[in-house]
Amino acid sequence: MSGNAITRAEVEDFLYHEAALLDEWRLDDWLGLLTEDAAYYVPSNDSPDSSHRSALFTIADDINRIRARVKRLKDTEAHAEFPHSRTRRLIANVRITERDGDTLTVAANFNVHRFKRGAPERKYVGRYLYRLVSTPGGLRIRERRALLDQTELGALGAVSFIL
Amino acid sequence: MLSEKPFIIDDPEGMTFRLNRRTLADPGVFERELHAVFDRSWIYCGHESEIRKPGDFRTREVCGRPVIFARDSKGDIRVFLNACQHRAAQVCREPRGNTRRYNCFYHGWSYDRDGRLVGVPGEDSYPPGFDKADYALAEAPHADSYKGFWFISFDRHIQPLADYLAGAREYLDLVVDQSPSGTMEVIQGTQEYDIRANWKLLVENSFDDYHLLTTHRTWLDYMKDAGVQVEPPRGQGLLLPSRGIGKGLGNGHAVIDNINFRGRPVARWISIYGEEAKPEIEAIRAELVERLGEQRAARVADTNRNLVIFPNLVINDGSSVTIRTFWPVAVDRMKVTAWALGPAEESESARARRLDSFLTFYGPGGFATPDDVEALESVQAGLATWREAEWSVMSRGMNKAGEQLNTDEEHLRSFWRRWNQLMTAAA
Repeated sequence: MSGNAITRAEVEDFLYHEAALLDEWRLDDWLGLLTEDAAYYVPSNDSPDSSHRSALFTIADDINRIRARVKRLKDTEAHAEFPHSRTRRLIANVRITERDGDTLTVAANFNVHRFKRGAPERKYVGRYLYRLVSTPGGLRIRERRALLDQTELGALGAVSFIL
Repeated sequence: MLSEKPFIIDDPEGMTFRLNRRTLADPGVFERELHAVFDRSWIYCGHESEIRKPGDFRTREVCGRPVIFARDSKGDIRVFLNACQHRAAQVCREPRGNTRRYNCFYHGWSYDRDGRLVGVPGEDSYPPGFDKADYALAEAPHADSYKGFWFISFDRHIQPLADYLAGAREYLDLVVDQSPSGTMEVIQGTQEYDIRANWKLLVENSFDDYHLLTTHRTWLDYMKDAGVQVEPPRGQGLLLPSRGIGKGLGNGHAVIDNINFRGRPVARWISIYGEEAKPEIEAIRAELVERLGEQRAARVADTNRNLVIFPNLVINDGSSVTIRTFWPVAVDRMKVTAWALGPAEESESARARRLDSFLTFYGPGGFATPDDVEALESVQAGLATWREAEWSVMSRGMNKAGEQLNTDEEHLRSFWRRWNQLMTAAA
């Protein structure tokens, strides 16, 4: 299907589905939403518009490291996430900002609540920038970039889960 | 205070080193160390590369005070206290930039790049004798640098920085030698995150190799999966990561100094870097050998050094070069700030490799740091028992004469001895 035929509602359904997989820690299913060349970025809070090749990020994973991250997170010795945090993702203000052949650029706001026993509630607030590809099997993620609004991670501590 | 037990029991003959846990949990100890330790030390403020031209500034909190780390009109580095001489409002509220004036928006006093008070609205209403020359911005009592690293001290009688750094200078030299021109620079992008734990736990953790195998097994698996050789070293008492030593460097500074196995951007290739990176790393290595000679080049490129500069600066010089400093905001909470440092003349591809290498282990999204944070917060939770379970044990290696291993604890003891010395001197 050409990217031109994709509606915002279809993109929203896709992002809601992704959020549900991540909140349910169905990480292998989530990997299935990614292309073979996917990338996942969380820039440093003070440098949201920079490149991971010239600025220090919080997370800058190519597909190999995304897979390694998932493998790690499924291991009970990934201590920061064992037991897993509970997360609840609210995705809103979804917009298709660009269409180029089978590729869509999508912006969305997020509010990810994270809870852990013995830890304060943490709210990760910001926006996602996606590059989605329309494939015969449905939409796939080529790039997801999570830009935090917090000026520093501060009390959020680590980004030890998939944001 | 007679009833107080000692902070540490240091008995080399009895081969015992014990640490009283109130040092990590008692709010009274925390209040005392702000003055007895931090106000009696040189505290890392910033790197010269962060401000380059006259008028460039960075605002940050150092040693509990808001400061402006700045270049004055002549391009010299100054560290102003960020408080208006009128009523103490901050005169600069941006994180970074370049300015001709530091303006206090409250009543409008303004200061030039050299800290001189140059503007006072309605100056004629002050009584005779009011002289703007008396109201220049205050500065840190001492500000000095070693090879681009700037420190300040609020102790007017502190020893000179070069003397204070003592044996740590050798390890800063090894950092700076990685640049062909001796010019390192802080790379854009700051990691700032809190840890709900006492700051001294991060000192220990930053160069505690004893925990690597258990806390970071998933990271070691990642390295193995990526084809990196992670062989347990042979020999009695040797644990992963590799053969290394731990030692004090004087004045509470200490280091672990290990044979590299995890790769170095300057300059030791590992499989994670990819085949295409080999020629460039070989070229970086060749430049090192040509400039420094075979022996010094090997020293720079084949060992990893985790350095603690007392009290709260950590430079991890290994899979990347990190500058990490932290400030306690309570007995059980610290704010951590971390930067990446690299040679100024590094190529685009080498810089990208350095940053990628940083993230595999370090930082709040890395494969190891979040587990360290978890460990420290777990320790702090356990420390609520400090009145009942009073002592921690820190005696690894005390049965050995001479060199101590990186997985021993002599380097931790060196930090704690200095801390204890300052705290008991102030009592």
